Amino acid sequence: MTTISILAIVVTLLIVVLLAKPVGLYLAAAFDYAPNRLNRIYGPVERIIYKISGIREDNQSWKMYAASLIGSNAVMILIVYLVLRFQGMLPLNPAGIANMEPSLAFNTAISFMANTDLQHYSGESGVSYLSQASVLVFAMFVSPATGLALVMAFIRGLTGKAAGNFFVDLIRGLTRVLLPVAFVSALLFVFMGVPQTFEPAATATTLEGAQQTIARGPIASFLAIKEVGNNGGGFLGVNSAHPFENPSGLSNLLQILLMMLVTSALPFAYGKMAGSIKQGRVLFVSMLMMLIIMTTLSLTAESAGNPALNNLGIQHEQGSMEGKEVRFGEAQSAFYSVITTAAETGAVNTMHDTLTPIGGMVPLANMMLNTVFGGMGVGFVNVLMYAIIAVFLSGLMVGRTPEFLGRKIEGKEMKLIAVTLLVQPFLILVPTAIALATNPETISNPGFHGLTQALYEFTSAAANNGSGFEGLGDATTFWNVSTGIVMFLGRYISMVTLLAVAGSLAAKKPIPESSGTFRTDTAMFGAVFVGIVLIVGALTFFPALVLGPIAEQLTL
Amino acid sequence: MRIIWMTLRTTFSVAIVCCIIYNIAVWAVAQAAAPDKANGSLIENAEGQVVGSSLIGQSFTDPGYFHGRVSSIDYDANGSGTPNYAPSNPELLARAEQSITDWQSQNPDVPVSELPIDLITNSGSGLDPHISPASAEAQVPRVSGATGIAAEKLEQMIAEHTQGRSLGLFGEPAVNVLELNMAVQAAR
Repeated sequence: MTTISILAIVVTLLIVVLLAKPVGLYLAAAFDYAPNRLNRIYGPVERIIYKISGIREDNQSWKMYAASLIGSNAVMILIVYLVLRFQGMLPLNPAGIANMEPSLAFNTAISFMANTDLQHYSGESGVSYLSQASVLVFAMFVSPATGLALVMAFIRGLTGKAAGNFFVDLIRGLTRVLLPVAFVSALLFVFMGVPQTFEPAATATTLEGAQQTIARGPIASFLAIKEVGNNGGGFLGVNSAHPFENPSGLSNLLQILLMMLVTSALPFAYGKMAGSIKQGRVLFVSMLMMLIIMTTLSLTAESAGNPALNNLGIQHEQGSMEGKEVRFGEAQSAFYSVITTAAETGAVNTMHDTLTPIGGMVPLANMMLNTVFGGMGVGFVNVLMYAIIAVFLSGLMVGRTPEFLGRKIEGKEMKLIAVTLLVQPFLILVPTAIALATNPETISNPGFHGLTQALYEFTSAAANNGSGFEGLGDATTFWNVSTGIVMFLGRYISMVTLLAVAGSLAAKKPIPESSGTFRTDTAMFGAVFVGIVLIVGALTFFPALVLGPIAEQLTL
Repeated sequence: MRIIWMTLRTTFSVAIVCCIIYNIAVWAVAQAAAPDKANGSLIENAEGQVVGSSLIGQSFTDPGYFHGRVSSIDYDANGSGTPNYAPSNPELLARAEQSITDWQSQNPDVPVSELPIDLITNSGSGLDPHISPASAEAQVPRVSGATGIAAEKLEQMIAEHTQGRSLGLFGEPAVNVLELNMAVQAAR
């Protein structure tokens, strides 16, 4: 790895840091219900949408907010499912792609609505242009907007405000954040070489006289919302490793920045809404530190390469290149794998199955922790949950009543948080064990790596990431149904329990801050927060990691 | 019930904006402003035939052409993919050893220690249009021997078809194999 490739990563992280605060302040203003400049600009357009949709701009109760979120998402999953089931008979299908079979459509509909985008089909042969450009793009807009609505409602709860209106938040997420960013970046992607056409595949006669069919399509518009919405589902089978879906170092940079755009800004939006930017900054810095550690680990592993290949006597300065693209090299590939799992996007520019064992463990760890920034909205809600746990444990240790932003953390909140905390390992480890026992023939790589393949699939599903160790033969009814259920529960259980926490906290009377209050805006708190995240994560998942990637590394 | 009714109406309005208006607006601007890129960066030869896309690799086996990376799908661009071999998979090692044996028989003048790893590994997409500059250099003796083009001339062609890092910083330098081979075809 050269100095210049490291410098490129440092510069990228610097851009992320510089963008975070201004974007965060914008987000706080965009979801503020008080009259402001943004409401005057976007208001007229939004009111037309409200009128067509029958949305009334009134505050909902916490229960009604949660019910609207779950109810609307459930109905939309059904709509996506139906279009996929009947895509073969619908128009805009030049490749003549057949209807999707029921278990795969079940998986895909949940996958895209749950912001996961785990794909058990290949874009070139599994979905029509109509499905791609209509229901899949639709879900890729609505699911991140749902995540944004959730985080805004959660922060309102922590700061004692009313929940707001789910449908208003959903539309604002689209009009004020996702649509403008997606439109501009889609055009930038086109200028970098990403196709945007409704023409069928092109046919070429190669220099050696063979026929080559080249799949293409409306990729740029799909790609833009895939990245900025932390969706991650690829238009083409190999996602952003495909030269059409990521043609150059520049398009790679833009994708990384888009993945980080909203999730890195949310701590500052939270700080602004909580009345003290410092509250957000301490969480931002804590997560950035974890991101830097993960990046360093991954870069070290990938540039060292695979000892088994290096020992063949070839020239291996480039590090591990199996499953990677030359235009990205090992540094940008490793970095992308860290960002896509930190921001829970799931787009890939390298095949994660082929990463070196430690290089593959880092994405896995990011998804297990689910707090290294995390996905659109849901990630930061998870971070705030860990912040509350940190306050609670610190309070227990020093014998003070734990309070967060001036509100007492009591039994009710902690019970809800404990449920949320326990659901995730349950959704990952139990199905992994079942899969290994009942479906060993779907595992493509022998030895310890095979265990990692199954573990990765369910971790990705539960964390709503969507990347995979793609050697896994996952296009079977077992995998479609099991990961479909895990994705659904992984997304919606925590949404309901954490909205209940917010509702419970919002109803409490704030206690004035005193000298005895445990401060949540200090470096000390940041250290406690990171410590708790790592300890809880390690206690839960370390045994599985030892059996998978760590054992594999030791045998190479 | 009210939620379901409101969801259906919201779905309708969001679908109009996000599916129809958004996709078509991007498509219209793309087709007007950059039609070549928007249609897949297709390359035509002097006779106007499409020979490929500058972004999509193709299979080369003729010793008189520069060869690209290993592709388990043999550069079938109607799909994309890799065999997803784990680093510990014995099949990966066997395939790499076979690639090295083939290299030795095709390039007797270049020792294995100068064979870069990107030439014996499968790309992520199976369609990688590039090889590293070192991988192009290593093939110069063979291509020169098969075509009669002088080595210096080939090295000049490689330099012309090497794209540097984006903005001098992002990504790695890469040689576009199809474009390089079109230059070779024209010169031989």
